[in-house]
Formats: sequence, structure tokens, C-alpha cells
Amino acid sequence: MDKTPPLPPRDSWTFSPDVNAEIRRAAATGIYDIRGGGAKRRVPHFDDLLFLGASMSRYPLEGYREKCGTNVTLGTRFAKKPIELKIPITIAGMSFGSLSGPAKEALGRGATMAGTSTTTGDGGMTEEERGHSQTLVYQYLPSRYGMNPDDLRRADAIEIVVGQGAKPGGGGMLLGQKITERVAGMRNLPEGIDQRSACRHPDWTGPDDLEIKILELREITGWEKPIYIKVGGARPYYDTALAVKAGADVVVLDGMQGGTAATQDVFIEHVGQPTLACIRPAVKALQDLGMHRKVQLIVSGGIRTGADVAKALAMGADAVSIGSAALIAIGENDPRWGKEYDALGTTPDAYDDWHEGKDPAGITTQDPELMKRVDPVDAARRLHNYLSVLTLECQTLARACGKSHVHNLEPEDLCALTIEAAAMAGVPLAGTNWIPGQGGF
Amino acid sequence: MRTIDMATTPLRDLNSTLQAAAASGEGQWEIVNPKGSHAVAVGLDGPIAVTIKGSTGYYCAGMNKAAKIHVTGSVGPGVAENMMSGHVIIEGDASQYAGATGHGGLLVIKGNASSRCGISMKGIDIVVHGNIGHMSAFMAQSGNLVVLGDAGDALGDSLYEARLFVRGSVKSLGADCVEKEMRPEHVEILRDLLDRSGAEAKPEEFKRYGSARQLYNFHVDNAGAY
Repeated sequence: MDKTPPLPPRDSWTFSPDVNAEIRRAAATGIYDIRGGGAKRRVPHFDDLLFLGASMSRYPLEGYREKCGTNVTLGTRFAKKPIELKIPITIAGMSFGSLSGPAKEALGRGATMAGTSTTTGDGGMTEEERGHSQTLVYQYLPSRYGMNPDDLRRADAIEIVVGQGAKPGGGGMLLGQKITERVAGMRNLPEGIDQRSACRHPDWTGPDDLEIKILELREITGWEKPIYIKVGGARPYYDTALAVKAGADVVVLDGMQGGTAATQDVFIEHVGQPTLACIRPAVKALQDLGMHRKVQLIVSGGIRTGADVAKALAMGADAVSIGSAALIAIGENDPRWGKEYDALGTTPDAYDDWHEGKDPAGITTQDPELMKRVDPVDAARRLHNYLSVLTLECQTLARACGKSHVHNLEPEDLCALTIEAAAMAGVPLAGTNWIPGQGGF
Repeated sequence: MRTIDMATTPLRDLNSTLQAAAASGEGQWEIVNPKGSHAVAVGLDGPIAVTIKGSTGYYCAGMNKAAKIHVTGSVGPGVAENMMSGHVIIEGDASQYAGATGHGGLLVIKGNASSRCGISMKGIDIVVHGNIGHMSAFMAQSGNLVVLGDAGDALGDSLYEARLFVRGSVKSLGADCVEKEMRPEHVEILRDLLDRSGAEAKPEEFKRYGSARQLYNFHVDNAGAY
């Protein structure tokens, strides 16, 4: 009689090796996992959309001859001095403290070379950043670390941060190991202690209050600066509508793939909506209020390619913002530091212990030796190259859809590969005219 | 003394006039008919004196630098928020968040202050002649908060290096806030603040509160404190 064939070992889907490893880690330490970056889980994303392209009923533009505009103006609603950018791709807010000085300088230089803006973060405005950024957006955060009226007036725009995609409803914590004398000084706190970034603003509690806060900021800055309101991808329809009500010139909407310097992994992976699911409700809110293209919408969270940029614009965004991708462009998680990532128990592309300040790439650290690895000029060139590629790719797709400006892309140019993506993006499932879920959010 | 009547002058004109005057250090100003307006006398940057005759709304004297601003009535939320320097005096009461995130200067409230007085203060000195509400000095980083009356619940919750001086009762202390010894240097700080704020009180009548510094670096053993 034949022997019964042996069954191979069978992993549990519920208790997978990854899940079991986290259980063991929690059991050994008694504390949740803290890390940087955005959601790592697979969620419906721009990859689940396709452009239809031109055909019998649509005429394409000639790729190497006919013009396809990319400029964008931000802050046209109330500000006396709206921002003019050459490309619809901005650099997201990232703090000095979480990032090294050379990294912030590189972001400013690269953004300026590309004709776009960069953004401060928690901790205030550094001279390197202001000096090397032609267009600098100054974040107004709950902690108000480093906040002062002089920098407010030196900024080109003000971004009131209500939330971010990695942790809607959560604050931040810059751990003591990254708090050098300079970082501590900018934040009015002792060196070496953990610095909590509050989850809500200290002097207003809702959109009615925020409207008055915005009035104050405009009065202090002579109504010159565009005022952005940044929200995490929580309730995009109502958050956008309330931001408009509060007086925003620009709404920045950050989906769950958007990164953070450090927070709990459980927060990153389990709070907030995917970027793809946030855009159409936000655009609908603007349309319902008659404010689409009057209050500009910037979308962030997982933007990697020119295709992502083009799809976000086609869904109704005016611009996108990149953070994680910009860091990768200037050298974060680069395989050249492979042995050092190995020594930290990780690998290139997976390293996310940004809060520990040991980044071999010298970007998410305050270690004076490590940060020397960032050459701001060379890193800026790489960022400029990357932004150029994103722009060229976006133009290529727009021309293929017959558009003479990237802002002429529209939902009609898109279809979805999955039912989920079709429902979230509000575009038909490929091969059908079916848009699941229409009729309410 | 120049007078601006808010019954006939828009807020934008008022603030731009005061900001220009502050920049050139032009003397004394009187504001009448504020009628609870928001964002009055904000963003001033220079040594001028402004008297506001009446009561104001939110964020009066916000982000003040160097100017002396005197309000004869009461003020709404966020008076002197993020003040950098200068002197703001309120004859009446102040609503929530008085002196929030202030980096410097002196804020004097001769009446009472509501909740979250001195929240996240970063170097400002605040003297309240009356009582203060709950959650005052929450996450206060540096500076001094002096209260001649009583303090509400959770005083100094998650405090950093700010010093709190209270003459009356404290309903409860927040996480990591403890009573501390009043040393001679603290008596001197307090005496100076009482003198400069026109408060009739003796330093010896106060207790000092500050951070126990147990929560400065996160440790799982302290999770129950939050």
C-alpha cells in the first residue's frame, strides 16, 4: 500500500509569520512598535486606475511637439500674493529635527530648481531652509514649536496643520535621542528629552474658532499669504467643506499612505482612509460649494510616479505633494548603505526606525557624522531630476488624453481595474459603465 | 494720543495703522468701540502703547512684540497668544487659552482667567490676580504663571520647565506636576513679577509647582500616568 503523501507545512493566514513576530516582539518588550513612514499594507491605490487614452472620439497631442502646460497657482481665493509654481508637485512638510539640516537644505534647493515649493515642519523654520527655498510654506502646527511672527511674515504661504494621513487624530513624538542642542533650542525645551507634538491646537477647537484664527493670521501678515489647511484622510467630504467654511485658500489632503517621522505602527496601519478614497469626496465637497478650482486641492500620500500625479489631477486635484518619495530621491533607504542597514537588523527599502536617529543615509538623523553623508547640492540635483521625470510622465499621459494642460485631465479619462478602486475613485470599472457606490459617501 | 474708532474703522485699517506705527515707534494710541471684535491689535512689532477702551473677542494682542497693550474691559479666547515680548494688561476677565504658547513678555489679567490659561507657554510670564480654570499650564514649557486666587483641575498637566506659583487652592494637579520647594531664587522671581503686575501679595503666601520630570522620556512603566 502506498504511503500517505506528507502535507507541506501550512502557515496560517490569520497567524502569519509577520503577525506572530509582532506578537513575540510585544510580549518581549511590553510596548507598541513605533516607526516612521506611511502605511505598508496593500490598499487600493493609483495603480488600480488606468488612463483610456485617445481613440476615435478623442484626439491626442503630439508628444514631442505640442505644448502641455504644468503650472499651477495656489491661493487665489483671498491672498494678495498667490503662489505660482511651474509644476503641480510640491514638497510636503517635514521638520528640521526629524530630518537633518543638510536634508532640509537639499529639499529646498531641489524644489527651487524645479520651480516648486517646499514646506517646513514641526520645529520651526531654519535659515538653511529659508535661504535655499524660493517658495517656502510655513507650517502652523499644534505644538507651535519655533512659531514666531517674523518667520510667519518671511513665509510665502502658511499651512495650518489639522492632521496628517499617517495619523489622523494623533500627535507626534520626537524622541530624546534626536534632540540635539540646536533642535532643543528651536523648541524651547531641554536637550535630550522626548518632545511631544500635540494632536490638537492649543487655542482653537473647531471650524468656527479656526475661522477666527485664520482672520488673526491674515491680519498679522497683511492678507498677503495663501493659507492652506492640511487634513488627514479621515472624513474628506466634511473636512474639505469645513476647511472652505473656515476660510482656507488651499486644502491639503493627506491619505493614509502619507508618511510621518514617527508614530505607533497600529496608528499608521489602522487609522485613516487610502489616498485614492479621499480625492473624489473632497472634490465633490468643493464642487457642491462652487469652490472647485477656486480653493485649490493638494493631494498627498503615496505619490511615486508621474502616473500617480496625472491620476490625482484627473480626479480633480490641483496639485500633489510628495514626502517619502522625495526622501528616497535624495538617498533615503539607498542600497549603497546595505551593510549598515543589515547591522541595524533591517534592509534597504524597509528601514523605518527613523525615530532612533541612526539613519545610515544621514537623512532622518541629527548625528553630525551621519548627516555628512548628505551632500545638499548633489541631493538637490537628484530631487530635481526626479521631479522632472514626474512632470514629463504626467505630461506624456495628459497629451495621450488630448490635454494641452495637465489640469484638463478629468475623471472621464480614467477607468478602474477593480470594483473597489472604481467605487473609491468614482470612475467606471474597466470594460463597463458601472461606477459602484454612486449616490453617497 | 491718537484715537481710532472701531465703529467707523475696519479691522484691517486698524491693524495696518497700528502695525505701521509700531514699526516706526509712534507713541500712544487709543482704540474705542472695540465691541468684542476679534484679532484687535495683533502682530504689533515695536514699543508703542495702545489702550483699548472696552472688551475684545478672540486673539487680542496676538503675537505681540514689544508693544504695551492695555484693555480696560474683558477679552475673549487666546489673548496675547504666542506673544514674543512686550506687556499686555487686561483689567477684566480673560476667556480660554490666555497667553497660549507665548514666548516672552508679561501678560497681566486683573480679573479671572478661564481654562487652559498658559497652555504650552514657552517663556511668557503670566500673572492672574483672580482664579484660573482647569487644565491651565498644560504642556507648559517655560516661563512663569502666577495666580493670586485658586487654580482649577489638572494644573500643569504634562508640564515641562515652566514654574507655577499659586496663592490659593489647587483643585488637582495634572500628570507629572508636583509641589516644589520655594527657594530664594523663586521668591525673587515672584516678587519681581508681583511688583511689575501691580499685584498686592507677598511671595511668601504662594506655593510653587513644577514638573516631577518623570515623563520626560517615554517609558512603558509610566503608561498608567497618561
